[in-house]
Amino acid sequence: MSLEFSADARQKIAALCERYPTKKPVVMAALHLAQKEHGQLSDDALRLVARTLDLPYAHVYGVATFYTMYRREPGGKQTIRMCTNISCMLRDGYAVLEAFERKLGLKRGESNAEFSLVEEECIAACANAPCAVVGTRYLLDIQPGDVGKLVDELRAHPHPESEVV
Amino acid sequence: MPADRNTRVVTGRFGDEAAKRIASYEASGGYSALRKALAMRPEDITAEVKASNLRGRGGAGFATGVKWGFVPKDAKTVHLVCNADESEPGTCKDRELMYWDPHLLIEGMIIAAHALRAVHNYIYIRGEMMREYAVLQRAVAEAYERGYLGKNVAGTGNECHLTVHRGAGAYICGEETALLNSLEGLRGQPRLKPPFPAIKGLFSNPTIVNNVETLMNVPAIVDKGGAWFAELGAGRSGGTRILCVSGHVNKPGVFELPLTITTRQLIDEVCGGVWKGRKVKAVIPGGVSMPPLDETELDVPIEFDALQTDERIKPVMVREGQQFDLGGGRALRTMAGSGGVVVMDDTTDIPRALWRIMKFFAHESCGQCTPCREGTGWLEKVSRRVAEGNGKPDDVDLLASIAHGIAGNTICALGDAAAWPMLGFLTKFRADFEAKIKKVKAA
Repeated sequence: MSLEFSADARQKIAALCERYPTKKPVVMAALHLAQKEHGQLSDDALRLVARTLDLPYAHVYGVATFYTMYRREPGGKQTIRMCTNISCMLRDGYAVLEAFERKLGLKRGESNAEFSLVEEECIAACANAPCAVVGTRYLLDIQPGDVGKLVDELRAHPHPESEVV
Repeated sequence: MPADRNTRVVTGRFGDEAAKRIASYEASGGYSALRKALAMRPEDITAEVKASNLRGRGGAGFATGVKWGFVPKDAKTVHLVCNADESEPGTCKDRELMYWDPHLLIEGMIIAAHALRAVHNYIYIRGEMMREYAVLQRAVAEAYERGYLGKNVAGTGNECHLTVHRGAGAYICGEETALLNSLEGLRGQPRLKPPFPAIKGLFSNPTIVNNVETLMNVPAIVDKGGAWFAELGAGRSGGTRILCVSGHVNKPGVFELPLTITTRQLIDEVCGGVWKGRKVKAVIPGGVSMPPLDETELDVPIEFDALQTDERIKPVMVREGQQFDLGGGRALRTMAGSGGVVVMDDTTDIPRALWRIMKFFAHESCGQCTPCREGTGWLEKVSRRVAEGNGKPDDVDLLASIAHGIAGNTICALGDAAAWPMLGFLTKFRADFEAKIKKVKAA
């Protein structure tokens, strides 16, 4: 199925093309936009980006599969990126991740319609470990017992990653 | 005057939510250094930065003014790129800096762009930093509206553009040539050097890549002079240093401190000591790429040169009787790196901590060079079986041998970044690994 960008996305891409000497550097932003508008970077979404920027499909595929935030499969509305790297691990980050798994009924790396749960590498909030990032919201100094309340808060006030794209 | 613990060069606006708006920033003296800089000749700004002894805060500690001086004098098109891809585990300063004071970064970049005669400039921000991306986008828009960016910078006729380019998740893009490839719309794989970016960088043009904290020091250098900044520091390092302390201390945090502070003072006097009344087992002084310190090595200043040369810090060994050679017979002790200080108390399971670090590098290897792609995978696998109590008698030597096979044999420093902590932990905490392996055998 041939996909299209919204008028807003087309306008954003056109404005970004003015910022670089060629269209190629806009591929990352265009992939973020395609993921926002089509939920995942399906083959058709990659073709849309390739067509929009006059790039070979293979190039767009290569970029989309190199970076971890691009998703080839469907994901939840919100993504909880829970750090377990050294600073978080030292303060029981794995216990927090397991608490998220229990609360959401998801294993790390899995998604349902509502949430994706990602075991993330360091998110640069180490002084407040264990920590997670959900869109523009940081969850800091998390204790395993806080997780239920935090998920309820996110349900009430969602922070989808697409918010800033 | 040397800096004391109350000196604030780049963190003065921390905690003030209003400061990130341009009106408030201007009201507290913001953009006045830019006006002064625009009246200066570009080469005079570079000379001032050279005199300041400002050293790169991203990890390498290279002299910023010297780097700027590498751009060929007859270059037609030059770019300035801010590396805001902070992702070295244990490091959490650039994210805070951008959140609290985005205009200080923008002002520093416009000044640096003037010094470099750079017109089209970029901030490459890590994809996961969505809140900071939004803050920066708004601040850049404000700077355009106020005429600090655009075709006529502050009425001088100079042209300066700034674009915030968002990444999408890849530690390797903090390596400057991988960052440039990513900015060009490619997979983020490092380039062979030379040519260095200052000669051939973004879009094949001379390019200077500087860290967030580095660029945020520039307005104060222009405002108060390079000599003032040099005097704040110690030895060949000017200014203050932001240290991010995490792990087993009572008060973790992000602190702007004098370069003379030692690891012990940092832990005991700034961070309220080790938590739960325990003692220090190990400290990573500058992000997980750096070899650790043990309890006897904490009285050296956390400063670029001291950590590399002070003989109170033991050299990293490849095996008994063979020091790791940094080249020319130079010993590897440790380095100040990115300012990420990770403290581990005396109950820490060191093999498990090291496994987690190796898991990170195995995940983040870009796959381009065989020693790193394969080697980091094996470091992760073998260190995991040791950590899980399934180690084999020769595993400690095997880990050292794999790490030594990676170091120095890859295009970029990620290979070294995995090898150095591996060899460093094995040098200083070998008994912890052997005890785990022996336990298995006895059982």
